[in-house]
Amino acid sequence: MAAADTTRVADVRHGRRLLYIWLGASVVATPIAAFVIGPMIPPGNGSEQGQGQVFDNQVLVAVSAPIVMFVLVMLGYTLIVFRQRDAAAQGAPVRGDSGLQLLWIVITSVTVLALAGFGTYELVKDGSGGGQGPSATFLPADHGKAMDVQVIGQQWEFTYRYPTYGGLETPHLYLPANTLIRLHVTSLDVIHSFWAINLGVKADANPGADNVVYVHTKHPLKLNIRCAELCGLWHGYMFDSAGRVVSESDFKTWIKQQQAEFAAGFKYLPPYATVYHPEPPLRAG
Amino acid sequence: MRSTVAWKIGGIVVGVAVAGILIGFYVANWLLSGPPTYRPSATANRVNITIQTVAAVGPTLSPNPDWVSYLVQKPAGTWERSTIWTVPANSLVHVTVYQFDGDSGLRNPFLAKTQGLVGMATLDGKPFAAINPDNASHTFAIPELGVLVPLEGVADNAKNQCDFAPCDPKSMAHRTITFTFRTGKKGKFRWQCFVPCAAGFQFGFGGPMQTIGYMDGFLNVV
Amino acid sequence: MSPTATHPAHQPFWRRLIGFNLLTAVVLGIGGWYLGWFLGHHITGKSVSYFGDTDQNDISVFLGYILGVIGFLTGLGFLQYPLARIRGYPPSLREKETEGIGRYFGLCTDHKVVGMQYLIGVGLFFFVGGLNAMLIRFELLRPTPVFNAGNYITLVGLHGTMMMGMMTSAILGPFANYFVPIMIGARRMAFPRIESLTFWMLMAAGAILMTTVFFGGFPTGWTGYEPLNVQANRGMDSYIMFFALVGISMCLLGLNMLATVVTMRAPGMTWSRLPIFVWGVISTAILNLLAAPVLVAALAMSTLDRTAQTTFYIPAGGGSQYLYENLFWFFGHPEVYILALPGFGVLLELLPVFARKPLWGYRLAVAGMLGVTFLSWLVWQHHLFVSGINSNLRPFYILSTELISIPTGFTFLCGLMTLWRGSIRFTVPMLFALAWFFNFLIGGLSGIFLSDTPSDVSTHGSFFSMAHFHYTIMGGLIFTFFAAIYYWLPKMTGFELNERLGKIHFWSMFLAFNFTFFPLFAVGFLGQPRRVVTYAPHLQWLNDWASAAAFVLGLSMLVFLYNLVYSMLFARVRAERNPWGSLSIEWQLPSPVPVQNFDTLPTFEGDPYGYGDGPVPVARPAGAPARAS
Repeated sequence: MAAADTTRVADVRHGRRLLYIWLGASVVATPIAAFVIGPMIPPGNGSEQGQGQVFDNQVLVAVSAPIVMFVLVMLGYTLIVFRQRDAAAQGAPVRGDSGLQLLWIVITSVTVLALAGFGTYELVKDGSGGGQGPSATFLPADHGKAMDVQVIGQQWEFTYRYPTYGGLETPHLYLPANTLIRLHVTSLDVIHSFWAINLGVKADANPGADNVVYVHTKHPLKLNIRCAELCGLWHGYMFDSAGRVVSESDFKTWIKQQQAEFAAGFKYLPPYATVYHPEPPLRAG
Repeated sequence: MRSTVAWKIGGIVVGVAVAGILIGFYVANWLLSGPPTYRPSATANRVNITIQTVAAVGPTLSPNPDWVSYLVQKPAGTWERSTIWTVPANSLVHVTVYQFDGDSGLRNPFLAKTQGLVGMATLDGKPFAAINPDNASHTFAIPELGVLVPLEGVADNAKNQCDFAPCDPKSMAHRTITFTFRTGKKGKFRWQCFVPCAAGFQFGFGGPMQTIGYMDGFLNVV
Repeated sequence: MSPTATHPAHQPFWRRLIGFNLLTAVVLGIGGWYLGWFLGHHITGKSVSYFGDTDQNDISVFLGYILGVIGFLTGLGFLQYPLARIRGYPPSLREKETEGIGRYFGLCTDHKVVGMQYLIGVGLFFFVGGLNAMLIRFELLRPTPVFNAGNYITLVGLHGTMMMGMMTSAILGPFANYFVPIMIGARRMAFPRIESLTFWMLMAAGAILMTTVFFGGFPTGWTGYEPLNVQANRGMDSYIMFFALVGISMCLLGLNMLATVVTMRAPGMTWSRLPIFVWGVISTAILNLLAAPVLVAALAMSTLDRTAQTTFYIPAGGGSQYLYENLFWFFGHPEVYILALPGFGVLLELLPVFARKPLWGYRLAVAGMLGVTFLSWLVWQHHLFVSGINSNLRPFYILSTELISIPTGFTFLCGLMTLWRGSIRFTVPMLFALAWFFNFLIGGLSGIFLSDTPSDVSTHGSFFSMAHFHYTIMGGLIFTFFAAIYYWLPKMTGFELNERLGKIHFWSMFLAFNFTFFPLFAVGFLGQPRRVVTYAPHLQWLNDWASAAAFVLGLSMLVFLYNLVYSMLFARVRAERNPWGSLSIEWQLPSPVPVQNFDTLPTFEGDPYGYGDGPVPVARPAGAPARAS
């Protein structure tokens, strides 16, 4: 009985020391994670959705910091303090502690549920820039007034259509600033993934399917677009940095200029639709 | 006893080393494989390139004789299967295409309009801005430079069509397309065809459409 | 060893080559390949027009592979037993167990031989996959391509497919086959012939995957996404055959493990006394058994799409690529736990031995593994957060994915608390096991970014997710794989591994691993998608850093190889029977373990974790060794 009591006392002594070290480390690490590392994580504030992701990342690194500190501090402490000092020495024959197990289950469950709840809240708020399929569930406010723009993936280029401008198709994406945009992402052949890196937008482009993304642009910006799903030989080259977010008036000018530029081929374009089934569907030749 | 073991081990080591070197050579060769680079002579920042497109590249020019391909004309007048071209920066590249292949049709009709050229492209001598996408046989496109030219195919009922390369522009049915584009900064830019023209492949986009040396290549701007 | 005159080992060398062995198998395999190739061309030559004018004859490739595999397995002697039974001969339960080195080159029903075969075979393909990784990092030294862009994508696919396919057996193959029967007090596996079959199918699969380079490679990476899959060259057929064979092998391996543990435990080996490693194997085996058939079914449909012109996955023909994505990840997410769970088992098995302490919270650890096993069925759509599948269920998948942290956390708690107040010895296997804590911590936490949809939008399909799964799989599985090698190899071969070289291997591998993959999180955040041959020039210095570290990682593997060859072939220091002072039963047996394992089957009287309580007999008779005759 006495031996068990000393074990208990020693446990409490080590445990308390560990707790102090962990608290100290967390007090230092968490603000650094939340306010120094967190804001450095892209996609930045190119859009409201991107900004939401930055906040999300900030929260996640802030929550991660004490967890990392706990495991590292506990591991380091244990390995140093309880290293073998005598070749014959054995450890304490402890096989468990139901109180500690319960505490651990409660703490991890609460953390995990809180994170899941937070992630869900961020997602439900505005869809957070991810592709939501043909009928989006998580809509930002005023989604009725969103401007439609279509992204067409094909091997190996994205082209863009503007249904509000008569179905004009262009090789680069221009978007007006301070506007809620509804992107319809589709593909003509295989699966691509439209990734507008500094808007915080990613949506797979699927053949025969419409994938809707809401994104609220903010200030003028150079867009950095890449394909994020392996789509064949030139997947690595399927990028475009000529796209822009521009002011409302610049956008109008750009539309006029594009309409003039692509007038010659306009009559051949199919009518605007959310999905296309181009020929030949199967084996060519 | 010990020496036999040593001999055995030595034999295994040598065998493994030889096999490793052979496999290493094979892998290196496989990874670095590709068509030869073609470097046209440039005069006063102008380059002329003459190419032909063929429906089947034929057994002499490729291990895949029935693949569709681009060929480039060497100064001596012979044709070579090369899709990696080296051209100078900040210069005009004038391309003449002899188009021997029939039409397949563009998947995205938007690409039937020329983009990013200096002046107009010409088809059999007549300037054009766009073609009917159903008649497209190939496109010559360098997306990073914004260059795109749709190449109209030979009519299905044309006489004396070319079966496989090299095809002779003097005697065989073809279309002639010319265009000029400007190169800017140095770099390695890919070019490709957007028409699903690979016979026998699902969606017409496998095989030659996804292999450098057939319907894909690089423009090395130096 | 006292051979008799008729012993096969004393026949002339050329005579021994004739019979059921690897040589015959390879000959028959190649013969089968050509027969299938010929048949394929014959049946499609006239009737199927689109093959007529192209060389894209997928049917002949598939038939070639199928008949090749059948020939290979026939040559190894897998038809011998069923045919003998059909002809009315009595069944023999075990085959070819006492020959010399020859038994390693054929069908052998001794689970310890199969374990060694697996170790060599899986190790070989691990090094092939690793060399692929070196070449990938070499290409990424520069932002513009050096290699042929198409072959580079094949290279990436080969690396991914090789690792994801073959490494499912990295721990289950060698160590579970070798030690699970011993740990539960059995003389063999429940289905010894199937046990050998799983190994040889895996080897056939690996060889088939590598032949893809002769058929133009495959452009899809390890996921094989449709419809890129149906567009691809005949090299895609190699991928499909590879994964189908791996799937069948995994399924049979899982079945065999479960049957063995359920039916063949010795008296006294109750469920609550099973070594925790066996629980890790059981959890994995459940996933193997249930997940792999889904993959095989998905690939069967791919095969039909590519040969019989069906349109299961082609939207233009009424199919759906989402079907493939769902089926693939319904297999694919359990698959990543198939890779992770054996690592949990090895970790928790090793910690008590080197902390000289009982396993802390045995039931919680088991619950953690089974919890992961269960939850891994409910999370697959987190791979499809931006895929365009209807978004209604996203919150469910956020929740289910993050819930996996709870059972995974059990492993952390049990591991850390096993160390707590122990007497920790920093042996080489222990170092590799301890690295798990750090690696899996980073891997697990980065997983939270990927499970949380808003954060996943930017990280999905980027180098971030690539770094994440290398932290969990390489950091979780490969480190524990090496821990298991350093721990158990002396028992399997009877020779010690050099400890100094082992420590050099560990430190170089651990540091280089972290230097390689940690910067890749940043590379992903900064916008580099996976599997690209070219990237933004401003990311070059981060990529170069990762490449340099990756080459050091590659060198650390050479240290291991050197150690292995040096210790096993040259130094040949006899291992003690129980160098680690383990209480587990396999360490009470001679090294290497004799053919029948035990003279008399043991009766278990407790779990193998009675450290610190004074000498506690694990089994009676306490690991009575069989005589090595």
